[in-house]
Amino acid sequence: MASALINVPAKARRGDIIEIKTLMSHIMETGYRRTAAGDLVPRNIITSFTCRYNGKEIFRADLFPAIAANPFISFSAIATDSGKFDFEWIGDQGFSETASAAITVVE
Amino acid sequence: MILARAIACAALLATALPVLFPVLASEIPQAERRSGYSFMAPDTRAIQDDDTANPGMLWVLDGEALWKKKSGAADKACADCHDDARNTMKGVAARHPAFDKTLGRPVSLEQRINLCRAQHQEAPPLAYESHDLLALSAFVAEQSRGVAISSPGDPELGAFVANGRKLFMQRQGQLNLACANCHDDNWDKHLAGSAVTQAHPTGYPMYRLEWQTLGSLQRRMRACMTGIRAQAYDFGAPEWVDLELYLMSRAAGMPIETPAVRP
Repeated sequence: MASALINVPAKARRGDIIEIKTLMSHIMETGYRRTAAGDLVPRNIITSFTCRYNGKEIFRADLFPAIAANPFISFSAIATDSGKFDFEWIGDQGFSETASAAITVVE
Repeated sequence: MILARAIACAALLATALPVLFPVLASEIPQAERRSGYSFMAPDTRAIQDDDTANPGMLWVLDGEALWKKKSGAADKACADCHDDARNTMKGVAARHPAFDKTLGRPVSLEQRINLCRAQHQEAPPLAYESHDLLALSAFVAEQSRGVAISSPGDPELGAFVANGRKLFMQRQGQLNLACANCHDDNWDKHLAGSAVTQAHPTGYPMYRLEWQTLGSLQRRMRACMTGIRAQAYDFGAPEWVDLELYLMSRAAGMPIETPAVRP
């Protein structure tokens, strides 16, 4: 039951700097922990996050084992055109999630 | 000789002391009550304040989906009986644990959800601390955000509140500490780097950064019990519910913050 929380302003003026906030549900298992029986718990993390604005990549992050569970990623962008932000999280064990948010840009 | 007498005196005093001062039990005055929120650093507060940064909201969203999902042999969803949780569930978490007439004792919100599952959905109970039970209880409790915790008014609850209070005041474990030793008497101090806090259950289930996940009040109390090296009760044990009930009576009037974020 993976789910994401996205916060993108619905409306902005052209040229505005907008803040984008994303929260993705994920356990971020480091791969360094062991069970009570001594077996290594396999690594299960998100390895990559990408944001595209009307198809063009504007932000990318690589994630590593030291990042906490349910990674919160916040960044800024310049509102240029009305359209869509597409978010993509890719990780271990075939993890792949997407989300999107629309924005209306006015003059 | 003098030394030996002094040692004997000290030994006597040491044995007599717990009798003289069982637990200080100076209960926190109403005006000085503070949510765990007020003990947190500004950065941690900011996580709780922003619903798109508060990881607890992930469980609330999942809980909303579960609320509408049909389950069990009766093929009913919570929403089929309770309709829109925003109206029907407002304030419910603020008055749980509540007295259940058939069981003859108080039940926690988690237990109430499982009772509803058994009686109306004919579905198996959800395990304590399972994702689905946490999600449903977080969703239900979030509807009470800002609602003041109500004092257990049911007269039948009196004996259970009293038992919860007794457990709160009772020294236990290898460290021989009662809940009250920290949370009534030393809440303004620190334990290592962390604030002790007053133990008001205002935001459960809550997201604890240390756990990296959402957890129930029972899980939080277990952590304290293990900390004082006492044997924790099993999940769902009546002692936990009595303790929850006492904590809620102690926090009566304080607003619900679910899903809270705590270090």
